[in-house]
Amino acid sequence: MSTIATDSPMNILTEMEIGEIESEIRHLPDRRSAAIDGLKIVQAHRGWVSDESLGAIAELLGMSIDELDGIATFYNLIYRQPVGDKVILFCDSVSCWLMDGDAVCQKIKQILDIDYGETTSDNQFTLLPVTCLGDCDHAPAMMVGDELHHDLTPDNIDEHLK
Amino acid sequence: MTDKPLTQNIIGFEGPTDLSRYQGNGGYSALRSTIGKTDPDAVLELIKDSNLKGRGGAGFPTGMKWSFVPKPDGKGHRYLIANADEMEPGTFKDRILMEKDPHQLIEGMILSAYTISADIGYIFIRAEYHAAIARLNEAIADAQAANLLGNNILDSDYSFRLHVHVSAGRYICGEETALLNSLEGKRAIPRAKPPFPQVSGLWGRPTIVNNVETLCNITHIVKHGPDWFKALGKGVDGGTKLFGASGRVKHPGCWELPMGTSIREILEDHAGGMADGYQLKGFLPGGASTDFLTPDHLDIPMEYDTVMKAGSRMGTGTMIILDDRSCPVGMIANLEKFFARESCGFCTPCREGLPWVQQILDKIEAGDGEMSDLDILERQSQFIGAIGNTHCAHAPGAIEPLASGMKYFRDDFIAHIEGKACPYTTGPD
Repeated sequence: MSTIATDSPMNILTEMEIGEIESEIRHLPDRRSAAIDGLKIVQAHRGWVSDESLGAIAELLGMSIDELDGIATFYNLIYRQPVGDKVILFCDSVSCWLMDGDAVCQKIKQILDIDYGETTSDNQFTLLPVTCLGDCDHAPAMMVGDELHHDLTPDNIDEHLK
Repeated sequence: MTDKPLTQNIIGFEGPTDLSRYQGNGGYSALRSTIGKTDPDAVLELIKDSNLKGRGGAGFPTGMKWSFVPKPDGKGHRYLIANADEMEPGTFKDRILMEKDPHQLIEGMILSAYTISADIGYIFIRAEYHAAIARLNEAIADAQAANLLGNNILDSDYSFRLHVHVSAGRYICGEETALLNSLEGKRAIPRAKPPFPQVSGLWGRPTIVNNVETLCNITHIVKHGPDWFKALGKGVDGGTKLFGASGRVKHPGCWELPMGTSIREILEDHAGGMADGYQLKGFLPGGASTDFLTPDHLDIPMEYDTVMKAGSRMGTGTMIILDDRSCPVGMIANLEKFFARESCGFCTPCREGLPWVQQILDKIEAGDGEMSDLDILERQSQFIGAIGNTHCAHAPGAIEPLASGMKYFRDDFIAHIEGKACPYTTGPD
């Protein structure tokens, strides 16, 4: 982890990011309680949380880098690697599996030419598995960015990837 | 009076119910007649008398849970949290309540918070529920503008601030003490109990965590009384419940029905029976972490005790249907892959045991299993399935579909091992 910059957070995070994190801290009993909020705020601006960003958030919150990275890597929706413009969260839980979700997922991987955890060469999509999206009466289901897509089949999946 | 209180604003109405429609249908009248007018202890008695049990899966009596909160000591905040982290595979009920009728949850939360003298509330919601998050935030702003929420509610002495907290993922956040750690900005690792959250919860202060559907019931109990609520149920447990069915049924869906409705009625009348060409082989009655039941159990009423007597749990009440053309071993392998991935990693039996179980199941499903693998699965089931050998209920929950699946579908396991292949045509391949 020696690559993490130890510059002041002011040089790495934007004024807006710091302002948003500080405004979360104001509602909390201590600065470190804003750890997940801080990661989410930076990710909302940059798409992911780089080592450099993580180091700056840690310093802003008065935490060690390892402590904050332990939190960041615990949560599957904090991205510690760059992701594409849209993240596809494909439900690989049981109700979608029963409705042939695996066949749909295979088709997505084939169309986009990526596996789970990878990003398309045009940087448009990253594919990740996700736990049940709570849309089981319309299985199989997935998120594309902020949008829920459901009743997926290998034949109709094309139109959901535009 | 409606016999479907939870979905009265949802059935037959497309859009989300906004403040004016909610109030037009009698919404916030329970709040108006209670805040500053009824003693919180009297409200607690109503909830206790109603015999409302938690709708998140455990079925613990809500009134009893609340009664463990100590009296206000004036030393700091007290919290009420809605567990809206709906992530139990096969469960799709809280999403509907939040997307379609957000004020029902908000009014239920204000009344609940008033009862336990909480001054701050959080709705802890998974990040993927974008529509629900937007509608809850909008509804909170509208309720605040109407003085139904916030400082000095309806000009009373009572104040309650409510926030939507969007999670960053992980199934284990649904465990209430893991949820508290996550709200505090930490890794979502369950806490040791005692102390219980009622005494020492969020930031060490008295805290109640309730499921969304549980909180939605509160308004109706306060409004119509415990006797009315109890009469809604068909058996011992009062009220209605959102039941659902997913898998190869004709009409997968979620329906508000009397507690105690039989499994057969839910599957045949509401889900329309099995889809053409499929037969019922088994089902999980209430999410991934409940034991399999079989067609022999169809006439059991969906109630906490009756489902438990049959060897399972009612859980979230949303059933996952296994048909005769899907492989039971493949289905259980899918379930255990989920549980292994979602282990928080804190205790060894869960962190190491669940991936071991998953690998063996994958091996059997691929046709490479041996008979001795079944012994390992059984030993693991007994070890990590026993409450007390693990830090929390995650691994014991994971073992419920495995142990029961091995009991009911043993022939299928053996057919995979002896035939050195999965005998099902549909399934993972």
